[in-house]
This record gives sequence, structure tokens and C-alpha cells, in this order.
Amino acid sequence: MRPYGDTTGDGMVQTSFTLPVPPGPRAEGAALQLAHKMGIEPAMVVHSHGIGEGFTFFVVYGSVKHLVDLDAVHVEVRAYPLLSPGEVNAAIKTRMRRSLVVLGACIGTDAHTVGIDAILNLKGFAGEKGLEYYREMQVANLGAQVSVPELVHAARARRADAVLVSQVVTQKDAHLRNTRELAGAFREAMGEARPLLVVGGPRFDPAMAAELGVDKVFGRGTTPGEVASYLVHALVPEEEPL
Amino acid sequence: MTVLELDGELVRRARELAERAAAPVVDLARTHTTVSVERAVLRLAGLTGTDPVLGDGEVPWVNRVVDAVRDQVGLEHGVALPVWHALGGGGSLQELAEQVGAGTARFSIPADPEPARAAARAAVATGIARIDANRARRDELVALHGDPPRRPWIYLIVATGDIYEDIPQAQAAARAGADVIAVIRSTGQSLLDYVPEGATRTGYAGTYATGENFRLMRAALDDVGAELGRYVRLTNYASGLCMPEIAVLAGLERLDMMLNDAMYGILFRDINPRRTFVDQRFSRMVHARAGIIINTGEDNYLTTADAVDEAHTVTVSQLLNETLAHEAGLEDWQLGLGHAFEINPAVPESFRLELAHALLARGLFPDAPLKWMPPTKHMTGDVFGGYLLDGFFNLAGALTGQGILLVGMMTEAVVTPWLSDRDLALRNVRYVLEAAGNLHEDFAPPRGGFIDRRAHTVLTEAVQLLERIADHPQGLIQAIADGTFGITKRSPDGGKGLDGVARLAADAYNPAMELMERVDA
Repeated sequence: MRPYGDTTGDGMVQTSFTLPVPPGPRAEGAALQLAHKMGIEPAMVVHSHGIGEGFTFFVVYGSVKHLVDLDAVHVEVRAYPLLSPGEVNAAIKTRMRRSLVVLGACIGTDAHTVGIDAILNLKGFAGEKGLEYYREMQVANLGAQVSVPELVHAARARRADAVLVSQVVTQKDAHLRNTRELAGAFREAMGEARPLLVVGGPRFDPAMAAELGVDKVFGRGTTPGEVASYLVHALVPEEEPL
Repeated sequence: MTVLELDGELVRRARELAERAAAPVVDLARTHTTVSVERAVLRLAGLTGTDPVLGDGEVPWVNRVVDAVRDQVGLEHGVALPVWHALGGGGSLQELAEQVGAGTARFSIPADPEPARAAARAAVATGIARIDANRARRDELVALHGDPPRRPWIYLIVATGDIYEDIPQAQAAARAGADVIAVIRSTGQSLLDYVPEGATRTGYAGTYATGENFRLMRAALDDVGAELGRYVRLTNYASGLCMPEIAVLAGLERLDMMLNDAMYGILFRDINPRRTFVDQRFSRMVHARAGIIINTGEDNYLTTADAVDEAHTVTVSQLLNETLAHEAGLEDWQLGLGHAFEINPAVPESFRLELAHALLARGLFPDAPLKWMPPTKHMTGDVFGGYLLDGFFNLAGALTGQGILLVGMMTEAVVTPWLSDRDLALRNVRYVLEAAGNLHEDFAPPRGGFIDRRAHTVLTEAVQLLERIADHPQGLIQAIADGTFGITKRSPDGGKGLDGVARLAADAYNPAMELMERVDA
């Protein structure tokens, strides 16, 4: 099948872009050439105007020659659905019937709290509010340079459901070493009763969770909403309690 | 200008309650100092640079000296007395800092404080004089090149992380019609307890606020202002743990507007309330002196809370910001009180509600250049719908006499703005202002009509919330601890930066405070 403008199979698309050339016939020719290379043929530059000196903005309409093969479309399914803050709160409230207790920290010598702050602070990240915004979550951010024993102690004292740790510094694989130490300490101190362990940072490989002994690893660009959705998936029972 | 006729009794009551709620905050600020206030004093006296030996050489001398004074004699006297007493035998502040670096500096409180006070006052006066000269220079340049030809001023954000990329983008934005350029800070700078030094090229989602970055951008905007025949204003952020120091740097480098909210750091960044309120007052005194317009952050409430249900929290915050700003010496023309166009467009009558809220702010603060913030929460990635929404936002701004209009991007929440996004956004603003910029002359919402009633409902709710805040034994401080703002609870002893706060001793001396207060009196 093809894109649909006003007739089945017409393949019509519209696109806009800027080229670093001053406006004029040559600029329009350049835009048409790009459109053709994008598979839009015939293409029409329906609008163009200069921006500053040396740039031109174009709006292009045309028929794209590519076909979409629906059978070849494979969709990556996340193991858990992405929930809105309202849905997260509702899930915790109705299915857990108490607040979900989250503890966050930077461990080891890492003083970069940017990661944990982005996930926990109300301010949030990428337009999403941090976990403090979630009414049904009780969030404590212990800040930077928290030792693993302190963190275990705090998790036990506060009966944390989940412990979130961010690691930015990766010198000599410090982030991996610290994470293994974290997992070991919680296993030793609390065994099966340990809280959910979640680590994150820009240099982590999300596939490494099992190897590091934690429940979940988040990589670069993770937003608070993804973390909240995961916490619901991992900690909140599927059904309402009877 | 369209102004709603607000119930005068209700307005008086609101102001009186705001003043009462804020009184404990003012008391707190008058009786305490912070590491950042003290570092700001040293910056005014001209101390710059970093300790090359410690860490990666990123720790400023002002931090090293203040920490050393705190370790040896405590912070409660202020740093001026011990520092200028130590300088009594001659030598420069810079040399003393190097002695601190070498571990040889010894600080004590002089038995006779007068020589140290006089020397400190003279040193800090040079910084204050530079701030005064910058204010005079701004007035000259505005007289020479002129102000923007109309209100609202068009405010555009630049942020690449690299000051040398920011400069051509800011100049291009000014040529395309921006009256105010804001350089967004690097993510997380508000939580750094020092101000980075020098020209920086490695910010993340923003560019570090540093004295040198301020200087470079100021010079670039002065150039483009001369070219365009219009003074182009520069904005940055006096917020976070180094608020007083950033305010001083802004005054020293002739920035024109600073984001400076009384509660933002507490609520959104979990910075300790005491630290914030003490830093706040000092930074606002600097802004008052420097002729800087502050921008407050009420728009942030609406990004978390519902813009209809919580509209009154914006009004409450505006009133609190106003009373705290006046107390610190800021005048009405310097109060860029914030508010935002954040009502869900699916709500019936959403535009009329927006107009009611915007007119309420206009009516309450007739002489303040209100800062009108564009939709962000309901910008979904549908760039076409977003462009329309931004058009309505611009129309509301023109119709309700807003002072500063932050240009909304149709690609909000999609990408950091492209060249074409900025251009299209400015075309949107220009079209609306040229087509309907004077429509306010014909726009008079009737008494008792929808807009008038809505504005009074919000004002009444604001008064009720202010009553609850003012009734707390510690006013605003306790109200924040109790979660009165509906967003989050922040205890006076929690959050970042509390260890940098000290109660002033009877012999404490802050020459900057003295010099700035003298003019207010």
C-alpha cells in the first residue's frame, strides 16, 4: 500500500525542511533534488522562504514511489505498558492499597546527581515530571556519595519497595563495580526480602541487569514515566486484592 | 489597556495576607547568611579564578576562601571581617586566596572591627560601582538605540551548550525579531554549589552560566543591537544554590533580566527552604540595584497541576513574589511576574478561561511587565495543532497587555528548536501582533460576564489559600512544609544546601548589604 492523499494509491506526502542555501531558483532546484532522492516523484515545492542569510525553508508535496509492506512490519513490544502519571497512581492506589516507597541515591564517590534528580525531582526530565510528582509514591532522594551500607540501612528503615541508583562516573568501570557491590550487599542483608533494585546511567547497557545482580538497568535518555511504569509492572499486583 | 475592574477590598486583603505570610521569610533572611551570599561578597570585591590544584581545577577561589573562613571561625560573622582583617598587613584578595590554597591563611575575628569593615566596604564598593555604571550604560544604550517598538517584548531561548554556538544563534534570533535573548542553563547547574568559570562549550541541554559566558554574549548582543537600532536584552537564571553569586555576575556583566523565583528551587529542585529564602533576598537586592527585571516562575505550577483547578496558586505565588521583591527593593517595573497558557485545549471555553486568568494578573499588577509563557503541557507533537495553539497564546498575550512574551515553539516536546521552528514561531508572533496588536482597545469584558466572574473566582480562591498560609505559625515556611501548594512537602530542615546556612552573630558584617540598603533608605 501507499500513503493516502485523497485517492487510494496516490502516495501523497508532505514534508518540510531547510537547506543552507539562499532563496531563489537554485534553492528550489536543490529542494526538488532532495525530494526526488527521498522517493517523492513528482515533487512540488509549494512554498519556500528565506531564513536569515543563506538558509531557505521549503514545504514540499508529492507522490512517494515507495510501497509499504504490512507483512514486513514488526513492532518491538515493551514488556510492560507505558502509563501516564494518573494511571500509575490509580494502579498503586487500587491494586496495592498503600503508597509505593521509592528510595534514590548516587552511590560510591559519584557526585553527579543529575540522573537521579532527573528521575526523582519534581522538575523531571524531557517534559515529564519526576517521581515526586506521583501522589501515590513516597519518594526519598538521599543525594550523592551515599555508601552502600547506608543505603541498605535506609531501605530497611523506610521499608522501601524499590531502590533507584544512578551512576554517571564510569572511570575504570566504577559504575559496574559499584552496582555489583550494591546487589551483593542487599542480597546478603535482606535476601529474598530485598527491595527491587534499579540502576541507571548514560553508560549502562540495559541488557546487563542479570549479570549485575539487579532487577533492571536503564540507559541514556530514560524518562521518569518509563521508570514509573516499570515500577508498577514489577511491584504492583496485576489484580486488585480481594 | 484592558483592565478588569477587580474588587478593591479583595485585592487589598490579598496583598495584606501575602505580606503577613511572607513576614517570617523576611525575618529569616535578615538574620541569616549563606555560603553563596558570602561568596557573592567576595565576587563584588573582585575575587575571580579557580584553585588550579584542587580537583580538576574547577573549584573557584571564592569557594575556597569562604570554606576556609567557615572552618576556622565559622560563617556567622560573615566573611568580610575575617578576610579583610587577614589582609590588614597588605596584599591582595587574590594573594590571600592563594594562601588559602597553600593552607597557610589564618583567619580570626578582630577585636577592633572598624579597620576591617572600612577596607571591606571600600573593596566591595568597587563592585557595586561597576553594577551602577552598567545600569547607567544600559540607560544610555536604550536611549541611543531605543526600546522595542511595541509590547509585549519578544523573548526567545537559545541553548546549545556551547557559548560559541549560542552567539551566532542569538544574533540571528535578534535579527529575526527577538527583543530578549535567554540563554538556558545546563541541566543540573542549579544544584552545583559553585559557579563554573570561563567560557564553556560542554553544557548539556543548555549552556553554563559563567561570568565569561555572560560577558561574551553581552558583547555579541550589543553588536547586533547597534546594527538593528534596538537594544537587545539578555536573560539568564539566578536560581539554585548559587543564586546570589549569579545575580552579582549578572550585575557586573550588564544582564537585563534574570529568572528569580522565591519558591521554585524549593518546590522543584528540593533545595533547602532556608537556604533559598536567604539567597533570594540578597540576589533580589542585587537585581534591584542593577536595574534588572526579574522573571518569576509561576508557569511551573501549571506544568504539574491542572491550569484551571490550580489557577489560584499562580495568583498566590505572584502575590508572594511581589511582596518579597518589594521588600528587597525591587520596583514594580522590575517584576516580570510569570503565568502561562496551559489550560487543556479540550476544556470547553479554554480560551476565555485563559483570558480571564491573564486579565486577573494584569489587573492585580498593573505596573509589572508580566511574563507570558507559552503552552508546553498540551503540546503533543502534533506540530500543526501546536502552531494553532501558539497563535491563540500570542493573541491572548496581545489582548491582555502582557509585558514579555516567551515565543512558543510548535516543536515543543519534540526537538530542541530548529532554525525553521524559531522562524515559523516568530512569524506567528509577528502576524498576530500586526493583525491584532491593538485589539485590546476594543476588548472590554463586561462586568458580571464570564471572564469577569472567572477572574473573581480565582482571586477569591487565592485569598482563601493565602489565609491558610498566613495562619501557619511560620507563615510561608511552615505552609511549604505542610504541602499547602499541593505539589510537594518541603521541610525547613530538608533539601540541599542547608549546611551552607548560618544564623548571623551580633557582630556580623556584610558590606554589600550595607551598601545596597543605604541607597534604598
